[in-house]
Amino acid sequence: MPYVRTIPRVRWFFRHPRYVRYMTREVTCLFIGAYTLLMVWGLRELSQGPDAWRAFLECLASPASIVFHVLALMFALYHSVTWFNLTPKALPVQRGEDFIPDGVISGAHYAVWALLSLAILVLAGAF
Amino acid sequence: MSERQVELEVLRYNPETDQEPRFQRYSVTCREEWVVLDALNHVKENVDPTLSYRWSCHMAVCGSCGMMIDGEPKLACKTFLRDYPGVIRVEPLAHFPIERDLVTVIDDFMAKLARVKPYLIPKEPAPADGSEYRQTPAELKKFKQFTLCINCMLCYAACPEYGLIPQFIGPAAISLAHRYNQDSRDGGRAERQEEIAATEGVWECSFTGACSEVCPEHVDPAAALQQVKIKSTVDWYKKHLMPWAKE
Amino acid sequence: MAQSNKPIVWGPFAAGGTITAFLTPVLILLTLLAALGHVPDLFAYAKMHAFASHWLAKLAIAAVVFLSLWSTAHRLRITCYDLGVRADTLVATIVYAGALAGTAASVLYLIQI
Repeated sequence: MPYVRTIPRVRWFFRHPRYVRYMTREVTCLFIGAYTLLMVWGLRELSQGPDAWRAFLECLASPASIVFHVLALMFALYHSVTWFNLTPKALPVQRGEDFIPDGVISGAHYAVWALLSLAILVLAGAF
Repeated sequence: MSERQVELEVLRYNPETDQEPRFQRYSVTCREEWVVLDALNHVKENVDPTLSYRWSCHMAVCGSCGMMIDGEPKLACKTFLRDYPGVIRVEPLAHFPIERDLVTVIDDFMAKLARVKPYLIPKEPAPADGSEYRQTPAELKKFKQFTLCINCMLCYAACPEYGLIPQFIGPAAISLAHRYNQDSRDGGRAERQEEIAATEGVWECSFTGACSEVCPEHVDPAAALQQVKIKSTVDWYKKHLMPWAKE
Repeated sequence: MAQSNKPIVWGPFAAGGTITAFLTPVLILLTLLAALGHVPDLFAYAKMHAFASHWLAKLAIAAVVFLSLWSTAHRLRITCYDLGVRADTLVATIVYAGALAGTAASVLYLIQI
């Protein structure tokens, strides 16, 4: 009888760093999702007038909120970096005989990301 | 050439006598330039003829000698002893049932490979004058990378989704389907989509990327799978949102 | 083997993953800056309300919320399976319904702004 080895149902991803990195990438969705829900909450307070909005801003300024935002920023950045690095794999571009190097495609994404982020910061009045 | 004493911890399993696999330690005098396969061959020839494992070319083109070496899927003929200072743990390729010792049951992979029709289904009949199909260098380069697969199944051992979802068709089979889909001579994509665009096809892939990391031939199956996902998604939306459009 | 309908959920996931990759970090940074009081009036009511009153902004915000929540939902679904929760249909229903509910809520609030 062939022997079938079992895989630990939850702890399998501790077997090798690459699976830990994969799981880290996957759980970035928790922080991005939480932040988006925060945005939705903010929309609600914004729709209820200046007093509600002020209370919301005060919540944002709390220590717990700041810790959350720092963590969320780290995980969101990890999502962005992994996403841009993997994009050339999913969308190869052949020009003539050769493919555009992965680094160029990722690099273009990083460049757009930087410019877009800067533009948003400026337009929002962060500077 | 100097020699080195190497400790191998090999997983043994005799289906006729054992309930469970067990480790067996071999102490082998090896030459410094040897690979793990050389050490195994030395054990089999001089120490323990009952040790069973697959191997053939000893040069990383046949894909036979895939096994877990210190927990990582590798070709035994391409794994150098000099990179392993301590005891070397050798186990059969993960995610496959163990037939005997380091020999795994690979029927699942063989069946899946056949299902994706990994052969040319010509778009047009061969030229009547007996000449070849013409293909530009650019057309060749489009799929060439995916032809390098040696069916060694290291990607299946690395893929966590294949480990969790045995019905998943898997990286190599889908990459090979993609190799033919991308071939300008081929017209069989619709047939292959029935297999690889099914739930057990590409959609079990979560882009872990482990397959590409362990592939000894740099096929980059992860890339093939994402490309199949995107093409399948575009097809799906075209079919459902623009049913009048010709395929 | 019939072709899957997975593309219907994967398409928005891929779009959402791309949008969140480009936008979410700077949005979090802005919120963090406002929370730290870096620039007073960064999130002033008048400014935010004026911005969100424009129909184009409402459309954009709703789209960003939908795609962000959807890609979160899809990833969460896969992660649950990866972590041993095998009731995929149940998990899928819960996460996608959650994403749609969040989107509906945001649309409701945007209309009221």
